[in-house]
Amino acid sequence: MNLKNSRPCGDFRTSYNRDMTMFDDKKGFYLTCLGILFLIFSPLLLDSYLISLLIYIGFYAIAALGLNILVGFTGQISVGHAVFFGFGAFASAWLNNNFAIPVFFCIPLAAILTALVGLLFGIPAARVKGLYLAIATLAAQFIMEDFFSRASWFTGGVDGASAEPLKIFGIFFDTDTKYFFIVLFWVVISFILATNILRTRDGRAFLAVRDHYLSAEMMGINLTKYRILSFGISSFFAGLGGALYGHYLNFVSIEEFNIQLSITFLAMIIIGGLGSVRGSIMGAAFMVLLPEIMDWLTRSLAGTPIDNALSLSEAIPFIKEASIGLVIILFLIFEPNGLAYRWGQIRAWFKLYPFSY
Amino acid sequence: MAFDFLIQLLVNGFIIGLLYGVVAMSFVLIYKSSQVVNFAQGEFLLVGAWACWWLLAKFSMPFYMAFLLTLLFMMLFGILVQIIILKPLIGEPIISIIMVTIGLSIFFQAIMNWMFGVFTEPFPQIFSSESLNIFGLNVQTAYLMSGLISIFIMISFALFFKKSKLGLAMRATAFDQQAAQSLGVSIKQVFAAAWAISAMVSAVAGVVFGIVNGISSGIAFMGIKVFPAVILGGLDSVLGAILGGLVIGLLEHLAHYIDVQFLNIGNLIRIAPFYALIVILMIKPYGFFGTKDIERV
Repeated sequence: MNLKNSRPCGDFRTSYNRDMTMFDDKKGFYLTCLGILFLIFSPLLLDSYLISLLIYIGFYAIAALGLNILVGFTGQISVGHAVFFGFGAFASAWLNNNFAIPVFFCIPLAAILTALVGLLFGIPAARVKGLYLAIATLAAQFIMEDFFSRASWFTGGVDGASAEPLKIFGIFFDTDTKYFFIVLFWVVISFILATNILRTRDGRAFLAVRDHYLSAEMMGINLTKYRILSFGISSFFAGLGGALYGHYLNFVSIEEFNIQLSITFLAMIIIGGLGSVRGSIMGAAFMVLLPEIMDWLTRSLAGTPIDNALSLSEAIPFIKEASIGLVIILFLIFEPNGLAYRWGQIRAWFKLYPFSY
Repeated sequence: MAFDFLIQLLVNGFIIGLLYGVVAMSFVLIYKSSQVVNFAQGEFLLVGAWACWWLLAKFSMPFYMAFLLTLLFMMLFGILVQIIILKPLIGEPIISIIMVTIGLSIFFQAIMNWMFGVFTEPFPQIFSSESLNIFGLNVQTAYLMSGLISIFIMISFALFFKKSKLGLAMRATAFDQQAAQSLGVSIKQVFAAAWAISAMVSAVAGVVFGIVNGISSGIAFMGIKVFPAVILGGLDSVLGAILGGLVIGLLEHLAHYIDVQFLNIGNLIRIAPFYALIVILMIKPYGFFGTKDIERV
């Protein structure tokens, strides 16, 4: 299990500066730039359905990144991430509807508000760890869901809240293609932000808390401070993702931020790779595409004897749900290090090609 | 009127609490012997209840036969889950264990919904009369039976751990795995037995719950309600689990009473146990009888 931090063969670091770079090597930097460039031009190439999938991947990736900072980097388990995601969505709609702040500023403001709530929740959470923390956040999930259904001044109660589409300089970003650029902008910003947070002293402190909290405390790291801070940062990204989600759908309902979504976030970071910034986006992509693939598989099986025997077409929602559970189990048993680790292995294989093992 | 209502609620709370206690006990059994936090306990109830319902409704078996077959099935089910899913994860960090059981719970819930539909199905009539009148209180026969069954399970648990060889082996394993192994206890057998017993006991609770309220995926929520109970009692104490279950059952019905009589905010019965859970974690994280970890934060 310690493979998580081991590098593939042939990946050498000879100085500390080299170890602290944002990208593994020049090639990684160019590849990322190329990827972003491709995404900028993708609305020209892809149809709006694929673009909407990319948008979903975008805001889920931001939220998953937040959860990864909490779980993967600080070792604090949270089973209640969806409520922070939801809080961000409601906060942004609330700020926009009640204070007439332009949506463009509402999104980061909502993220900051969510971060404050996260800090608040972090104070009791910093006292417990491991399993107890998981159970405490599970309770927080239900309590916050209950709060959403009660606080109609904030969430609109059972009617939900309407979130205005984003508008800059009189241009409405209300179609998928236009909104895509907003999401892309925030994805790039938050991934740069997260990578850089993890390069600072605070980021290294998170890793120390995760790896051995007693040793970390002896080295002069204030455990309580970093546990709470980690909750705050994680909630910030959750809120950012949630706000983007709210203004994309233009409507936020109280029922969406349930435990299922929290589990999906956890599944994203486990599949992507705990403790990997890159893994968060891979996991988000995987979890968004998985139901689509299941959908496609079921539809392509339509009419065959298998379909007739199991009446698959009526069971699509259950198949999607079951596949999420199954994928979590299979990944934990067969690939606990996640996709990011596998990606590193593949890259190393090509790098060392004839002599890789 | 209000007083009668309170007493009625408290009786119901007591009986539901006993049922929570039983589920909590089967949760603690797994945690104690194999250090696995089972987030899929509720799905064990669900699978057991549906299996029994299926045998009753589709084959119109007599109840006792369907019940016995369900227990047999759940024994195999528990052992299989342990061998296939949990065994490869021994020694993995706690998040992996938590996540794998969460994955199991999603998986089984979806499969059950797929196989049996999402609507509540009533159990076929088992008792001749719907409710009994005891000391002027109207108690549903099924409730009364469930209380008796719960107490029966608890007593047989106590006897099993005190008297039987396997029970002793399980206690030894829970106390010190390595020492038990060196004295000839088969850890594999103990783990499998723990999961089998836990699944069987959960199935009983599931069937009882199904008889009272009908079966739907809502039964699986018992698996989440179990957390306040086990935290209150202490994660690794069987006695604590029973007491915790009782307290949570009474507490939520008391909360319901206060809600209906004074506050009128609704839904308090559902959410009160979780507030209790947070409070308990803040002031006494190891519960009434739980072992204190020496490592402190």
